Amino acid sequence: MARIEAPDLPPDPTAAVEAAAVEIPPELVAQTFGEYARAYAARIRNGESGVLPVVAGLVAIMVVFEVISPNHVFLSAGNLVNLFQQSAVFMVLAMAETFALLLGEIDLSVGFVGACGGVIAVQLVQPATTKWPWWAAILAALAFCAAVGALQGTIITRLGIPSFIVTLAGFLIFNGVMLILLLLGPFSGYPNLNIQDPNVQVLFNLMAGTIDPTVSWIAMAIMVLGLGVFLWFGDQRRRKSGLVAPPVGLTVLKIALIAGAGIVVVAISDINRANFGTLAGVPWVVPIVLFVLGAWTILLERTKYGRYVYAIGGNAEAARRAGINVALIRTVAFALCSMTAGIGLILYASYIGGMSNNVQGGQYVLFAVAAAVIGGTSLFGGRGKVIHGVLGGLVIGGIYNGMYLQGLDVQRIFIVTGLVLLAAVSIDALSRRAASAGSSARV
Amino acid sequence: MAQVTPDSPPATEPLLKVRGLEKHFGAVQALYAVDLDLPAGYVTALCGDNGAGKSVLTKCISGVYQPDHGQVFWEGMPVHVRSTRDASRLGIETVYQDLALCDNLDIVQNMFLGRERLRRAFLDEDDMEREAAKTLASLRVTTVRSIRQPVASLSGGQRQSVAVAKAVMWNSKLVIMDEPTAALGVNQTRQVLDLVKRLRDRGLAVMVISHNLNDVFEVADRIAVLHLGRMVTQDKASAFDRQSLVEYMTTGSLSRTARRDAPAETS
Repeated sequence: MARIEAPDLPPDPTAAVEAAAVEIPPELVAQTFGEYARAYAARIRNGESGVLPVVAGLVAIMVVFEVISPNHVFLSAGNLVNLFQQSAVFMVLAMAETFALLLGEIDLSVGFVGACGGVIAVQLVQPATTKWPWWAAILAALAFCAAVGALQGTIITRLGIPSFIVTLAGFLIFNGVMLILLLLGPFSGYPNLNIQDPNVQVLFNLMAGTIDPTVSWIAMAIMVLGLGVFLWFGDQRRRKSGLVAPPVGLTVLKIALIAGAGIVVVAISDINRANFGTLAGVPWVVPIVLFVLGAWTILLERTKYGRYVYAIGGNAEAARRAGINVALIRTVAFALCSMTAGIGLILYASYIGGMSNNVQGGQYVLFAVAAAVIGGTSLFGGRGKVIHGVLGGLVIGGIYNGMYLQGLDVQRIFIVTGLVLLAAVSIDALSRRAASAGSSARV
Repeated sequence: MAQVTPDSPPATEPLLKVRGLEKHFGAVQALYAVDLDLPAGYVTALCGDNGAGKSVLTKCISGVYQPDHGQVFWEGMPVHVRSTRDASRLGIETVYQDLALCDNLDIVQNMFLGRERLRRAFLDEDDMEREAAKTLASLRVTTVRSIRQPVASLSGGQRQSVAVAKAVMWNSKLVIMDEPTAALGVNQTRQVLDLVKRLRDRGLAVMVISHNLNDVFEVADRIAVLHLGRMVTQDKASAFDRQSLVEYMTTGSLSRTARRDAPAETS
């Protein structure tokens, strides 16, 4: 970018504009599909690549592990569904962490605060003790997590203590709280969900329970149709009123990709993946993750609240001068972060079939941050999307799953995951430096 | 561009009138009985050396500081500006030197930051984009390729233009600009100065704080000089030349030798 500001060029008022062009999202200036593709290619060359690296990484993981996995089981229906289930906790925790990261903060307590939520949900449905209906138990667990997040957020914003410190304290405190909660009740060992009780089975089946194939197809078709109609008419209206809008081809491509992804997911899930008998259908965890993804994407991209989160992450002082209640927005973000973590660890409880003191809360935090950053969310605030957490979670889940299939032990899995995280953060830092060097050269 | 430089001071009541404004911080007196007029349709340059009190005076007008003594009149009525919100409500917008833009947001998002328009609880992006485009077009800010590009990708002059457009969009009547051309190149400075003139031509009162004498003489219709917290002179721009302005800024008065070229001053 700096080359345009070379000293031998005459001062030209449009030079800065041309220099800026490479950083503009391509959909803004391209009128045709071909132009769009060229602009996108230019942007990737300049390090502003969006979700492309993580998607490429996912493809690479799939190809490599499919080739090297014993009997090439990596891409089998059974393993892919299993992979999604294993990744679900990472994905949801990464979506939780996105709220903190967008503000330029971090929440180290998500693992154990979420685990407290998981334990509360499991404890409350126990037929031997409280016998709460499953939905009430989940609501109570999420309310607890949200309250903890709001409390931590209040301490961070009102007392001005760095989030790193406050949530580090929260990490230890709620590790202890979780252990206390686990020991409540008249159980030998820990409370579990594998009980023949329809109410408890609902929680047990959040992760592994399957949706009837016919219902899956219909639900998927409705979702794709709804999203497609929304995208098509939104873009069409903008094109008609002469606003910045993507070319028709791009809208069609987006809808086709969504439909394709939906069909692939349902088709794979509907293959019988059991060695004996039948096990087929989309597991409930898929719509749960999609629901969290959709809700938080709408909140962050279509509402005032989300706009303010991005504004504070970009320039908190500018947000304050614009009359935004910065402390309130940040506190709510920490509450939403913790609440989402609660969803993640309830899914974990469902996956494990109960809760025990084996919850790797500390490790989960690191994987959550790693997943969000690998997906493309910046550690420095203001840049990132909820979907980055889902994609990054799949990457981490894929590495985990693939190396596990290889029979590699946990120490090697840690090393590889760590290297992938380091690579992702380096890309983030380098692209930021390139962008800021470009803009300072243009001032 | 036609230079609206009247030979006589404006006859009508100025948009903003400051009388006897005083401000001290502890034992330090920052402003002594300052008078200032900011008439609509004129660019007033506020000049002064470092520590002369320019920022303090600006912040008293824009509601950041509360003056200890003195009165501010807005359209002839005495007003108390207790916060920047009060100032915005009157129609006073300040463009700070650091511009207060969010780099990660696009131009439209920045212009509407804190005042987003909603449709059924969701952001009405189409409406905001149309309005922002209209404002930018009316100010003839046409060098940006797309108003949906992030502010991080803009040049310094374009950022300044966006910050000004953001201030103007809210029916403001007085725009205060703090060092608008500092850190800008030649062409960028030209863009911004043209923009200042356009604001004036739209009938807004503009106050520009500047160290740059070239800029001051280029855009200012009126010049006010602060020296060590006192308003030492305030007159139409044609009453000054470079030498006399520098002398006012550095010494607070005019020696006889410098007075030679300048038109007669009322002491």
